[in-house]
Amino acid sequence: MTTLLWLQASGCGGCTMSLLCAESPGAIEMLEDAGIRLLWHPALSLETGAEARALLEDVAEGRVALDILCVEGAIARGPAGTGRFQMLSGTGQSLMHWVTAIAARARHVVAVGTCAAYGGVTAAGGNPSDAVGLQYDGAHPGGLFAPDWRSGSGGPVINVAGCPTHPGWVTETLMMLAAGEAVALDGMARPRFYADHLVHHGCPKNEFYEYKASARDLSEIGCMMENLGCIGTQAVGDCNIRPWNGEGSCTRGGYPCINCTAPQFEDPAHAFVETPKIAGIPVGLPTDMPKAWFMALASLSKAATPTRIGANAHADRVIVPPTLRKPR
Amino acid sequence: MTEARLVVGPFNRVEGDLEVTLDIADGRVARAQVNAPLYRGFERMLEGRDPRDALVITPRICGICSISQSAAAARALADAMGLQPTPQGAMAAALIHAAENAADHLTHFHLFFMPDFARPAYAGRAWHARAVDRFTAMEGSAQRAAVAARAELLHVMGLLAGKWPHTLAIQPGGVTRAPGPREKARLAATLRAFRRYLEATVFGGRLEDFCALPDEAALMRWPGGDAALFLEIAADLDLRHLGRGAGRYLSFGAYPGAEGPAFAAGIWDGALRPVDPALIREDLSHAWMKGATAHPLDGMTEPDEAMAAPGYSWCKAPRLAGLPMEVGALARQVVDGHPLALSLATGGGVLARVAARLLELARTQIVMEGLVAGLDPGARFMAQGALPRQGSGAGLVEAARGALGHWMRIENGRIAGYQIIAPTTWNFSPRDAAGVPGPLEAALQGTPAEGPVPLAVQHVVRSFDPCMVCTVH
Repeated sequence: MTTLLWLQASGCGGCTMSLLCAESPGAIEMLEDAGIRLLWHPALSLETGAEARALLEDVAEGRVALDILCVEGAIARGPAGTGRFQMLSGTGQSLMHWVTAIAARARHVVAVGTCAAYGGVTAAGGNPSDAVGLQYDGAHPGGLFAPDWRSGSGGPVINVAGCPTHPGWVTETLMMLAAGEAVALDGMARPRFYADHLVHHGCPKNEFYEYKASARDLSEIGCMMENLGCIGTQAVGDCNIRPWNGEGSCTRGGYPCINCTAPQFEDPAHAFVETPKIAGIPVGLPTDMPKAWFMALASLSKAATPTRIGANAHADRVIVPPTLRKPR
Repeated sequence: MTEARLVVGPFNRVEGDLEVTLDIADGRVARAQVNAPLYRGFERMLEGRDPRDALVITPRICGICSISQSAAAARALADAMGLQPTPQGAMAAALIHAAENAADHLTHFHLFFMPDFARPAYAGRAWHARAVDRFTAMEGSAQRAAVAARAELLHVMGLLAGKWPHTLAIQPGGVTRAPGPREKARLAATLRAFRRYLEATVFGGRLEDFCALPDEAALMRWPGGDAALFLEIAADLDLRHLGRGAGRYLSFGAYPGAEGPAFAAGIWDGALRPVDPALIREDLSHAWMKGATAHPLDGMTEPDEAMAAPGYSWCKAPRLAGLPMEVGALARQVVDGHPLALSLATGGGVLARVAARLLELARTQIVMEGLVAGLDPGARFMAQGALPRQGSGAGLVEAARGALGHWMRIENGRIAGYQIIAPTTWNFSPRDAAGVPGPLEAALQGTPAEGPVPLAVQHVVRSFDPCMVCTVH
């Protein structure tokens, strides 16, 4: 049996809400089937008030063994380093205090969502509550915990980043930990099983991308990279390989990928739905392609755009179907 | 005389952080104080940004009312732009919003509210074994069925909104994705499956029959589903008389369409009257906030880092014409004039709030079916507009938990001020300068409070379905 404690720090609770969208099997059954016992979860458990406090104290003082600590939400350090912008109600102590005490007892610590991983939206726009991630402050190593901090198992905080997290990212990380399997991490401590993919992979707008047939306004079905701020070619995530809520994803919904799995996505220094350009050329092209090659191929393919693709790119649905080849 | 002070926290199975301080005399709550102990400062984060960024930032206030925040921000932007969504775009946005609200009602009933009746303290009650079987936290058969049904219902989001929570699909001019004929067929299939679940499991009968119940007496005889189990418990524990509110209800009106909203806007305090948002003020006297009482267009959010008395919460105290207002499904259904809701409002306590939520769940399913039937896959789903350099806008919507307002000021093409009043800001507000408690604080007075974690107090608090992350934001 693997024990799991879930704390909600300074966030919106949306990663829990997303987790409950897991299907086949559902989230509760999936944890149970993997031999994971939920000691306490703020949205799901019976215990409240004194009952919950007793449980948290048991874990913090080592009377109950903790295998996995999941933290959802950033850590509010303000005002003035006190953490009092988020008190754990009924305890007279900050959430910052409780996470520090309990993480020291955990074999594995999982940051669920971009807030817990890097600060996320809670740290946006001047960061009013002085929020940080568990082991990162934005893209910089060292958040609530120092860069060399390690949990009981010897590993760093596992950053299941995303805003929100896909239910599969969370359940699969937890199942791997419960099975004693290693979770390989990328350079931002995100599980590689989803962070080795780009949101671009499997995006239904790929044909438009190939020809740089670009949407000019939201609701046009063309590629959103050139004008509408889409960063799917650079953002990590398998969002278009295993879709959300049945068959969705941001780009399938007709709006741009805003790179929500990345540190500091919350402050892009331009409007989210607008691509910044220098001399008409988008800045921030795909990271692992020489810029000159990209520009050469883009101008070639743009010139070669078939009528069908150009027309559809500026419509809100397919208006020109594919040309049918008559069988010989 | 106060005999004891009890601090209940962490108060879980609410969305977000909540602490309730109770002064107890003669085994009852003499005075209650509600504290929202989390401050993030969303209104400050928005200052200086491109106004459209509100559509990315504000949904992330809350993972359970995310679409409501989207809808309010989109409406505030549209107001500032002088833009109307296309009729079909408004319908698709209403459908997305209604699906979130229905999912939230389901989550509240099964995951947040009902598990308390499975507690050992109720062992020996005629219904206890059934409550344990159906609603034990994380194990009850009704809980698991509700989580599964909710996940399937939210396929509406996968089809129309990309994902849930946190979508950019709802825009000032409509929605970003135009559903085609096959999406329409698939949406109808998803809703038929959800109706099958509601009728077989939650209601044990036809939704139309539940919606036709004329009054509370008829409701209490409803025979089917987990609704009947709740009603049996409510009768046995006299939840009608527990946690009675002040009987003043506010709704901004839900799901606007060509012929007005599906659920009407207004206030009700014994009679129905129109709502005038110009009469809203936020009182900061008992909040850890600096500044004067103001209308949200003139309001500010400047936290008092010393957290000085008499402040005791990060929550401001909104008042309409100087009075606290109760918001939520009960308020919405009362203002809409539904006979069952009007009858329930004579009790106005835990039974009324929870039963009105069930009524609204049934009515919302019927609203969603109508919206899907009316979708025209050939129409335009989005209108384009331009943002003003200077201007202001208000977006008033109904979240699952009640009236939600966004007020935005734009200067030099940037957000100069952004104020939000969320449903639980109304319901769980602290006292105002006149010492008048917020709706929950008032409803808790006189509630039995035995033991370290009084059950009656939990029923009252959860009957409001608080969303604390929205409350302070």
